[in-house]
Amino acid sequence: MAQKKNRIRLSKLYSYACSRPSVAEGNVPVPVTGPGFSRVVYCNQPSLHKAKPFKYRSNYVSTTKYNVVTFFPKALFEQFRRVANLYFLFAAALSLTPLAPFTAASLIAPLVFVVGLSMTKEAIEDWRRFLQDEEVNKRKVKVHVGGGKFELTQWQKLQVGDVVLVEKDNFFPADLLLLSSSYPDGICYVETMNLDGETNLKLKKSPERTVELDEDSEFGNFRGIIKCEDPNADLYTFVGNLEYNEDVIPLGPQQILLRDSKLRNTTFVYGVVIFSGHDTKVMQNSTEPPSKRSSIERKMDYIIYLLFSVLLLIGTVGSIVFGLKTKYDMPKWWYMRPDDTTIFFNPKKSVVAALLHLVTALILYGYLIPISLYVSIEIVKVLQAMFINQDLEMYYPETDTPARARTSNLNEELGMVDTILSDKTGTLTCNMMEFIKCSIAGTPYGKGVTEVEKATAKRLGKGSPDTDAAVESENINGEDSGIEMTSKPHVKGFNFQDDRIMNGNWIHEPHSDDIRMFLRILAICQTAIPEEDASTGTISYEAESPDEASFVVAARELGFEFYKRTQSSVLLREFDPTTLKRVQREYKILNLLEFNSTRKRMSVVVQDESGQIFLFCKGADSVIFERLKNNGRKYEDSTKKHLATYGDAGLRTLALAYRKLDEAEYTEWNAIFVKAKTTVGANREELLDEASEKIEKDLILVGATAVEDKLQKGVPECIDHLAQAGLKIWVLTGDKMETAINIGFACSLLRQGMQQIIISLENSSEAKAAEQSQDKEMLTKVSMESITQQISNGQQKIISESNEDSAFALIIDGKALSYALKDSLKDELLRLATSCASVICCRVSPKQKALVTQLVRKGTGKTTLAIGDGANDVGMIQEADIGVGISGVEGMQAVMASDFAIAQFRFLERLLIVHGHWCYKRISIMICYFFYKNITFGLTLFYFEAYTSFSGQSAYNDWYMSLFNVFFSSLPVLALGVFEKDVPARVCLEFPTLYQQGTKNMFFNWPYILAWMFNGLCSSAITYFFAINIYQHQAFRKGGQTVGLEELGAAMYTCVVWTVNLQIALIISYFTWIQHLFIWGSIGLWYLFLVVYGSIKPDLSTTAYKVLVEALAPTPSYWILVLVIVIACLLPYFVVTAIHNSFWPKDHHILQEMMHLQKHTRDPEMWSREGSKARHKTAIGCSARVEDKIRQLKMHARHNR
Amino acid sequence: MPQCVHDSKLAQQELPACKPLLTPAWVIAMFILVAAAFVPIGAFALLASLNVVEIVDQYDNICIPDATTNDQRVKHIQNYQTDKSCMRVLKVLKDMKGPIHIFYQLEHFFQNHRRYVKSRSDQQLLKGHASNASLDGCKPENVFNNQVIVPCGLIAWSLFNDTFSFLVNNQSLSVNRNGISWKSDRDFKFGKNVFPSNFPNNYPAGPNGNVVGGAKLNEALPLSDNEDLIVWMRTAAFPKFRKPWGKIEHGLSAGDLITINITNVYNTYAFGGRKKLVISTTSWLGGKNCFLGIAYLTVGGFSIIWAVVFFILHYRSAR
Repeated sequence: MAQKKNRIRLSKLYSYACSRPSVAEGNVPVPVTGPGFSRVVYCNQPSLHKAKPFKYRSNYVSTTKYNVVTFFPKALFEQFRRVANLYFLFAAALSLTPLAPFTAASLIAPLVFVVGLSMTKEAIEDWRRFLQDEEVNKRKVKVHVGGGKFELTQWQKLQVGDVVLVEKDNFFPADLLLLSSSYPDGICYVETMNLDGETNLKLKKSPERTVELDEDSEFGNFRGIIKCEDPNADLYTFVGNLEYNEDVIPLGPQQILLRDSKLRNTTFVYGVVIFSGHDTKVMQNSTEPPSKRSSIERKMDYIIYLLFSVLLLIGTVGSIVFGLKTKYDMPKWWYMRPDDTTIFFNPKKSVVAALLHLVTALILYGYLIPISLYVSIEIVKVLQAMFINQDLEMYYPETDTPARARTSNLNEELGMVDTILSDKTGTLTCNMMEFIKCSIAGTPYGKGVTEVEKATAKRLGKGSPDTDAAVESENINGEDSGIEMTSKPHVKGFNFQDDRIMNGNWIHEPHSDDIRMFLRILAICQTAIPEEDASTGTISYEAESPDEASFVVAARELGFEFYKRTQSSVLLREFDPTTLKRVQREYKILNLLEFNSTRKRMSVVVQDESGQIFLFCKGADSVIFERLKNNGRKYEDSTKKHLATYGDAGLRTLALAYRKLDEAEYTEWNAIFVKAKTTVGANREELLDEASEKIEKDLILVGATAVEDKLQKGVPECIDHLAQAGLKIWVLTGDKMETAINIGFACSLLRQGMQQIIISLENSSEAKAAEQSQDKEMLTKVSMESITQQISNGQQKIISESNEDSAFALIIDGKALSYALKDSLKDELLRLATSCASVICCRVSPKQKALVTQLVRKGTGKTTLAIGDGANDVGMIQEADIGVGISGVEGMQAVMASDFAIAQFRFLERLLIVHGHWCYKRISIMICYFFYKNITFGLTLFYFEAYTSFSGQSAYNDWYMSLFNVFFSSLPVLALGVFEKDVPARVCLEFPTLYQQGTKNMFFNWPYILAWMFNGLCSSAITYFFAINIYQHQAFRKGGQTVGLEELGAAMYTCVVWTVNLQIALIISYFTWIQHLFIWGSIGLWYLFLVVYGSIKPDLSTTAYKVLVEALAPTPSYWILVLVIVIACLLPYFVVTAIHNSFWPKDHHILQEMMHLQKHTRDPEMWSREGSKARHKTAIGCSARVEDKIRQLKMHARHNR
Repeated sequence: MPQCVHDSKLAQQELPACKPLLTPAWVIAMFILVAAAFVPIGAFALLASLNVVEIVDQYDNICIPDATTNDQRVKHIQNYQTDKSCMRVLKVLKDMKGPIHIFYQLEHFFQNHRRYVKSRSDQQLLKGHASNASLDGCKPENVFNNQVIVPCGLIAWSLFNDTFSFLVNNQSLSVNRNGISWKSDRDFKFGKNVFPSNFPNNYPAGPNGNVVGGAKLNEALPLSDNEDLIVWMRTAAFPKFRKPWGKIEHGLSAGDLITINITNVYNTYAFGGRKKLVISTTSWLGGKNCFLGIAYLTVGGFSIIWAVVFFILHYRSAR
């Protein structure tokens, strides 16, 4: 193995040597016995796990809701958990008794249809889940099959005790014990993004004893017994022992590779399966996805309860009257043989008859409750979801990912969102660092444009004419921002454009010495490992963090190529200004002073080929500036200015400095440092810090770097538009505060001039002191006090602020949150947070993300949306009313838990403002209409009852009634729910305030719903009373025939069908051929039905026999009766709507009218003026930034004058 | 282009559509349109109704001995022996063009009661004894003397049985009793070969628990020819209803005296119902009923008012 030679014992490298001194060998194995520690794994003997008691769960993972056997009962049960369905089930059951006013088939058929449809939908959805599981279960991994041979095997066939070989960039198929890796010291790098969302690589290390097992052949005779804890959900603990070669080796989380994490930077590892399938930690962590219902659907339940009450009320009224009539009048009605009746009409037992009649009435008036409502909503939502999936504007070609509505039952909730809670890494940012700008020797370099600058520039360009002039004088970049990217292929991590120092041109710059030093620091002061691609000769780097990688890449691109690292030195290919050639230079690394979050800097001590010793240091600007030598501050002022500019643009900055050391000074210091390093004990870190402090001083500043934590494309604009639509945006990130603030600036959630309220325990000295004292109670008390104080200070600050233009931002860290989220404080926190324009929570754990989401959701009672990409966002995604996952990245946890998946954050704008708005209106109007049509229909039945002495006789044929909801009025409402658009997509986007219609729930509040019901009441009353007065006892046609039950029923039903279908035509504002087909088709279908049904045998068609062909169609009075009733029914709605639209128009009416008048083409100026008016005044987003800038400029101008 | 995303107008929700909009002009136009259509229709309908000549005579209270209590009346009507004939003379006030329709009208009679409506067997009406359908719905008029009743059920059993004969100016007047029912009923609902049998009304009341309801049925006349039965069995929608009884093919002139001999046997006294005889012409809209015309005129009138209101409001405060 030629490769093996090149391998460096990474653990011997300085950085790692420093970082892991405490993993001392020879730990005492803990006794692993007792309850909770029963698991025994026979390594490499999976056959022993085939029988009890060591038979553990297989590695087959299933996330489906049903299986073949449970599907039917379970899905059926789910269906009948809906009150309405249960009611219809009872009605259907009773229809088999003589109690029912209708034939059994006419009641059972629609129920079977409706439930069958819903169940089919469930089955399809579950099938999809099954296919997804299959994909994972059928993945392959190399498994030891005996005799040192490894074969590819499906994940699902893996068993506890199997030895597996996992190769680079592959997921671990189960929870494994790491035995060895391609590195001789048994380390490997693991990406745990799917588990905790952290992007940095984790280092795992195998037990020392098993390191030698690093070749296939060595596993032939490998035996070992692991005794460990039982499966549990804690990702960060593991207790167990490995009995191997008569030794007992203690095992900890350091040796465990978890399923769903990924092997990185390591060619291969060997491991033994400890937990498989549902026993793995990640599966133990997965919670049953909560079934979410949209607030509209929850409210719909109340409407159904209301209708049930109405049903019960009119049923009771009917039964009482019926009872009285039966008791007092029935005996006189000899033609009904009151002397010989069934129990249902027995005048002597009128109370029983009345009670039984109540049951009949409840079935009869059941048409008030739309049986097909649920199933229609489900169909509509599935189709809406398909439109979301199909939207090209939300399709991301780079990863070939369309948007996915994973659950269709929240579509309309998308139109009602009030607060967005967003993850940062992977969601707002691409998790890609790009070296974009730098300041060297007081001169800014780099013409690259950040996303936020692009967005701001765009906004400025579009600004209103009177402010343009003011802005033009000041160009944001101070230089031409319009340069195009050169045709050179994009280098990952490098987005730097400046001819002054690129391609070796830096030698002509005035401070070329400083530039050279700057580049050297970049190339040397790092811990990356270069990897040379043998075929192309290009160098790539494996770094601990993407920012570090971007530095080495930048150095390489600027002519200082770091190409090799040895145990003690760094080799560069440098551009030499004197010879103008590339020369190889070796720098001896004498010491490496680690980066950590308290030091906020790292340094290396190097010796160059001439023997000169340097200290190169890079770190946070504040840290570096206070360690500068007096004559090293030459560039301090200009650099500071540049740093401020970079910071405002959301760039991550570091200052670079160096110092020369003479031999003696170094030797003296090195002695101290080595002593500190070799110290074993608690104060080792302290000593090391002290030692570092001694040498990291008297620095000379050379410059600063600016790295862009690359935002995803379009993020600033998207945030801006969402803010204009009145949405609040909170960022919840696991990153540290500085990074979070950077991103806040980059996304324009923060800007210069915004007052930041920072709540943190870092700057509370008491808390720190308490922490040190390790008195937990004390710590809690002090921290609580401190947080309470900070929150009330923040509130004070807001109250006392007089300038109404000023905006506040709340920044709170995880530790502070853990106190602030306690019951006693959380309301205060929420109040403070809601009065701030933007909220950023940093260093928050996944649990806290969920808690914050819960706080917002429950505290404000408004709709929340959580968006994230990693497993650490799962809690928040599940907790929020709507969870959105970023798809296309490798981790699938967030997507699997989400309700909607989109490939890019910027698609959120379209998802909410266009699809959300549409779906909200579609669903809410659709539901209102549903109730309208059923009230219109159902009440006519009730009125008629009053004329039959409430005997339970309906005016219509049984089949007219059961087909009403299924055929004659179903399709148009589906078309409304699927296709309706009040305004086109581009208008939604141009007039973001339109979104507020959903947030304010303007189309599904009680007045609106009741108005629709009232409309139904009017229509039913008009239909019935007009019909009975027109068709009285007189002859209704020339031939002298009088109206019977058949004719009245069919005529009245015709009116209802026409009315409800024309009513929907009045509602619809977007008529395609589909709507026309459905509306006119439904009416036509009724006539067709009447003809067909009326022509089958009279004993089947009963009262419908030839009723249209013979009795109604040739009769003029029928047609003019229908005309007057239908028009009279629609008139009230028409008048009210016309008055509303003309005198109290809603936003979308105005827009519709403007569209109608073609204002957007004829008068674009007015159009855009209206557009800018229709924006929510915001405190965040680039618009706010631009406005703020304009305000400043104006003030400045006034000042000058 | 990936397979799962389609760039079609349908998938992208960009189908060509017309977007009707309620602009004030449209609203006003719609109102005017409705008014323009409804007012004339209303006028014609009203005119048609006004031109119908209708003579209504309530005879139940007259064709019964005076000064009796309701109980006595019921007794009277149930007694076979009493003479129930009765004569009414009506004067034609306006010229009536033929054909003139004769109806009988019942009030407070719940032909639309569920118990009543269901009490029939369509199968039996069509096939008679050949039908093997369950006659449970006909109870208690399904079996008599342990034999099936044809036609069974309460409706047939309670068939109206007052009879009328007419003289005009003391000349006998021929009344056409055919063609008063729906043709489809005669042809397809009532069997040509089904004859009444074991019909309780045809037997005297009493000994074997027989209760007599309405009319007797001629056992020689097939159901399809018994138009009175067919008409009766097409149940009315409301408790106040008319049923056609016959037609006078030629017209009557004003001043004509119509003498009607009634046999008043149908018991409406038990439940306080009324019986009326109606002689009426028809228009293209049927009998006399002004509601339709008024409804049209009202809706048309409202439309005019709204059109004016909108016109004023809109042009006063143009947005």
